[in-house]
Amino acid sequence: MNSRKKWSCALLAAISTGVAYGQTAEPEMADAMRSEGKIYVVVAILSVILIGVVVYLFAIDRKLDALEKKLPGKKG
Amino acid sequence: MKKWGWKIATVALLLYTVTAGFLWEVPRLHIVNETIRALYFHVPMWFGMVALFSASAVFGIRYLRQGQTHHDLYSASFAHAGMLLGTLGMVTGMVWAHYTWGTFWHWDPKQTGAAITYLVYLAYFVLRLSVENTEQRARLAAVYNIFAFAAMIPLIFIIPRLTDSMHPGSGGNPGFNMYDLDSRMRVVFYPAVAGWILLGFWLAQQRIRLKNAEEQLLEHEYEQP
Repeated sequence: MNSRKKWSCALLAAISTGVAYGQTAEPEMADAMRSEGKIYVVVAILSVILIGVVVYLFAIDRKLDALEKKLPGKKG
Repeated sequence: MKKWGWKIATVALLLYTVTAGFLWEVPRLHIVNETIRALYFHVPMWFGMVALFSASAVFGIRYLRQGQTHHDLYSASFAHAGMLLGTLGMVTGMVWAHYTWGTFWHWDPKQTGAAITYLVYLAYFVLRLSVENTEQRARLAAVYNIFAFAAMIPLIFIIPRLTDSMHPGSGGNPGFNMYDLDSRMRVVFYPAVAGWILLGFWLAQQRIRLKNAEEQLLEHEYEQP
């Protein structure tokens, strides 16, 4: 094998490795966390916080209802 | 039912967002990786802010046309809630930028535009606080509100698209909307936007009712000391 062939082989190998690397490197995702079911912990906590905030908002709404009933005069 | 039906819808949409938003499949992308899910929370903040500022501008115009005090109250309260969502959008954006761009603040056109918009609306509240006379305050605030709204549109929607920006949906960056926000994300993203917008209006409504009651009590006191 002459040196030109050797070089072109090496170049081809280098390029194909680079191309293959670019194609196969999967973006890293939290797959392990999902398969272990830990993601449900996140969902549960966020749901609890959300429900807590919403219950609070409804409570303020009720207080406003009561306040508006006590008001004198016109309603705007 | 009509009175709180939309609030039940808000709760349902937001619970759906935190559940489906974390459990359902998303595109696997480099750089953003799993943080792409922040789209369901960060972007709706801005949609909510724009919706509330739009409502604020509409009631500002209504005040100028009809001169009714409660329109001014609506306008100010929508701007208040919009400011809250804008603040959250800014902070969440900075956290996300720290992870994907490397720094919290990058002077990216989108960030800069959002910051200027923020200051423009901050000045709206400064203006409100600096005028004693109620009618004068309402009139000046309404006029300023229209200018602030007119400034927001190019600052957030137009300029970042014309220049180079790293923010998705801006400049040479096609962003999530065109290629990456695929149908799997849309089914979560749009309900999320609706849910967060409705939550913003809920908060605004509470402030309106509170201020209304406050005003009526003041009037009552004034009439019979």
